[in-house]
Amino acid sequence: MPRAHNPQLNKNGELRHLLTPEGLPRDVLVHILDTAQGFVSFGSREVKKVPLLRGKSVFNLFFENSTRTRTTFEIAAQRLSADVFNLDIQRSSTSKGESLLDTIANLEAMDADVFVVRHADSGAPFLIARHTPPHVHVVNAGDGRHAHPTQGLLDMYTIRHFKGDFSNLTVAIVGDIVHSRVARSAIHALTTLGAAEVRAVGPKTLAPDNLRDMGVRVCHDMAEGIRGADVIMMLRLQNERMSGALLPSAHEFNMTYGLTTERLALAKPDAIVMHPGPINRGVEIDSAVADGPRSVILDQVRFGIAVRMAVLSIVASTESPA
Amino acid sequence: MSTTQLLIRGGRLIDPLRSLDAEGDIAIVGERIVAVGAAPEGFVPDQTLDARGLIVLPGLIDLCARLGEPGYEHEGMLETELRAALAGGVTRVVCSPDTDPVLDEPSLVEMLRWRARRIKSARVYPLGALTKGLQGERLSEMAELTRASCIGFSQADTPVADTKVLFSAMQYASTFGYKVWLRAKDAALSRGGIAASGAYAQRLGLAGVPVIAETVALLTLFELMRATGCAVHVSKLASSAGVALVRQAKAEGLPITCDVSINNLMLTDLDIGYFDARARLDPPLRQSRDRDALRAALADGTIDALCSDHTPVSSDDKTQTFADAAPGATGLELLLPVVLQFAADSGLPLVQALGCVGHRAARAAGLTPATLEVGAAAECILVDPQTRWRATPEALRSQSRLTPLSEQELPGRVRHAVIDGRVVWSAQPIAVPA
Repeated sequence: MPRAHNPQLNKNGELRHLLTPEGLPRDVLVHILDTAQGFVSFGSREVKKVPLLRGKSVFNLFFENSTRTRTTFEIAAQRLSADVFNLDIQRSSTSKGESLLDTIANLEAMDADVFVVRHADSGAPFLIARHTPPHVHVVNAGDGRHAHPTQGLLDMYTIRHFKGDFSNLTVAIVGDIVHSRVARSAIHALTTLGAAEVRAVGPKTLAPDNLRDMGVRVCHDMAEGIRGADVIMMLRLQNERMSGALLPSAHEFNMTYGLTTERLALAKPDAIVMHPGPINRGVEIDSAVADGPRSVILDQVRFGIAVRMAVLSIVASTESPA
Repeated sequence: MSTTQLLIRGGRLIDPLRSLDAEGDIAIVGERIVAVGAAPEGFVPDQTLDARGLIVLPGLIDLCARLGEPGYEHEGMLETELRAALAGGVTRVVCSPDTDPVLDEPSLVEMLRWRARRIKSARVYPLGALTKGLQGERLSEMAELTRASCIGFSQADTPVADTKVLFSAMQYASTFGYKVWLRAKDAALSRGGIAASGAYAQRLGLAGVPVIAETVALLTLFELMRATGCAVHVSKLASSAGVALVRQAKAEGLPITCDVSINNLMLTDLDIGYFDARARLDPPLRQSRDRDALRAALADGTIDALCSDHTPVSSDDKTQTFADAAPGATGLELLLPVVLQFAADSGLPLVQALGCVGHRAARAAGLTPATLEVGAAAECILVDPQTRWRATPEALRSQSRLTPLSEQELPGRVRHAVIDGRVVWSAQPIAVPA
């Protein structure tokens, strides 16, 4: 049936947009991680810039609020010597969605080379990629619940950095899986890279059983979920989910699924603890764990810049053969 | 003007109502059919339609279409959409009340009927709004609307959230024997959903409409039918579980009929591909086991009718994110091709398969079926069943040209449409008179 050619790849199978890790070949993911490795030491150098994107314009289009992701993209683009433009476009309810392609058309007229897009609707970067000319590249910085591929890749980078290889790893992803683009991108990247077991851990309202279809083991019991894990990825519990129809309270969530020192003892002794940030201390994760020796949360941030440099430099150098 | 004599010569005559499938001619004098099989001795036609290689069948009825009127008069929507209906072989269109303004006023219905009559195209059968403004709060004037020619009362795609209001509406409608047309769509369970719950929506991060949104609504509806005796037509059934419940209800003898849309009959959620907004539909496309169950139920008669769910949506309204895109697709010109494809796929004889857009659908709507019978009003279409085509925007006549079905090649093109003995539509080139 009409499953289109993967819109992220050109006809030679090279990455021209990064929209989701889903459907990307393993070697494309590994190439990004390898490229990022070369950029990691950059931050400590005297001169932090390389001229890879000199003369290119990178537009950060954030239709949804973000400080952290936008800043790391900005730093990444600047270190590659690109000209960076930040546009915070709050979605107005009157021109709902309508402005999206108009905005893009206007920016194209300003000779944009790369759009870094965050949007509240799943699939928005696909729409933009479909309506931009071949020389323009789109990098998804988070779309709805769908994907957050650079976060997924920096998570993979972090895991590879500390664990070396994916094939023997058990990774537990804990919390609000169903609304999480971070979880989806991590799951796709982990299954592509060959992780032995990926677990989705949470109550049925946030980790429903049909997540199994994505190739994960669903656990509703926290102890079962993290027992023997090599990697524990805690997800941020969004404020709007903390009380309502899906969860009774943040306190109860902490009691049932929060990562405490006692619970962490169930994982492998050398297990690492990850979190995409910003963290809710005392909700999904206790301070003792977040600030403890097993936490690699700040390493994730550091690697995030290198991974975004890798992604920007790879997509911007991909030709689009007719 | 003298009475016109029309001869349809040498076609394969198929009339599902009479289980007729035979070669022959049809002779028409004025509005009526005077002979089926061979023209009477000495019949001198004023006009002859060459039907060799074509199928001749009663005009189709479409139980769910939106014609853009009231609301889009300035764009001449009614004219073009009714022409599109004829181009698709649809001579009768049951139109949904979710217009702008909503069809909840007798004067609006009368205006629509009057405009449709003047156009002299496909016939329009309006459904009135069950509640004022489709708001699900106050009942509309059902008796007045019936007098203004509404054939039933519908909530279109907006469920009545308040079960007490629905109960009253069904009590009131059944007082007068009016049929109520409803979607099986629980208001709360379907809220916010934009794709069918399941592996694919989960993967794309699209908020889901669970199957229980359909089954809970059906079970509520059945209880209300038992309590009120109200006859109900369920529009656009979409799930395997829903089909099973309707089958049980019919076995129990509840006065229920139902239809399925061409999209749910042909496609699944995988056809959303990479967020293809053309596949943003209400009801959403479900999984292949649902599609299989819908097909089996249409074949065995559990589902009475196939509808186009024709919804004019502009290309601007589809060039949006999947969530923001307006739901709906063009369909009037695809109803016949989909039935023909369905017949081919399921192995059903055409004479049986066509009933779901013919007499079975007409009966569900409470209308007298069109038929190829001596004495009946001549309402028929001539179809080339062999030509395969793709419903690309360029190939369509409707002002709304987007459909996920354009990815498939489908069989069947209409060559002529006849209503009341008059050739009201012909494809180019018009057949050379004998």
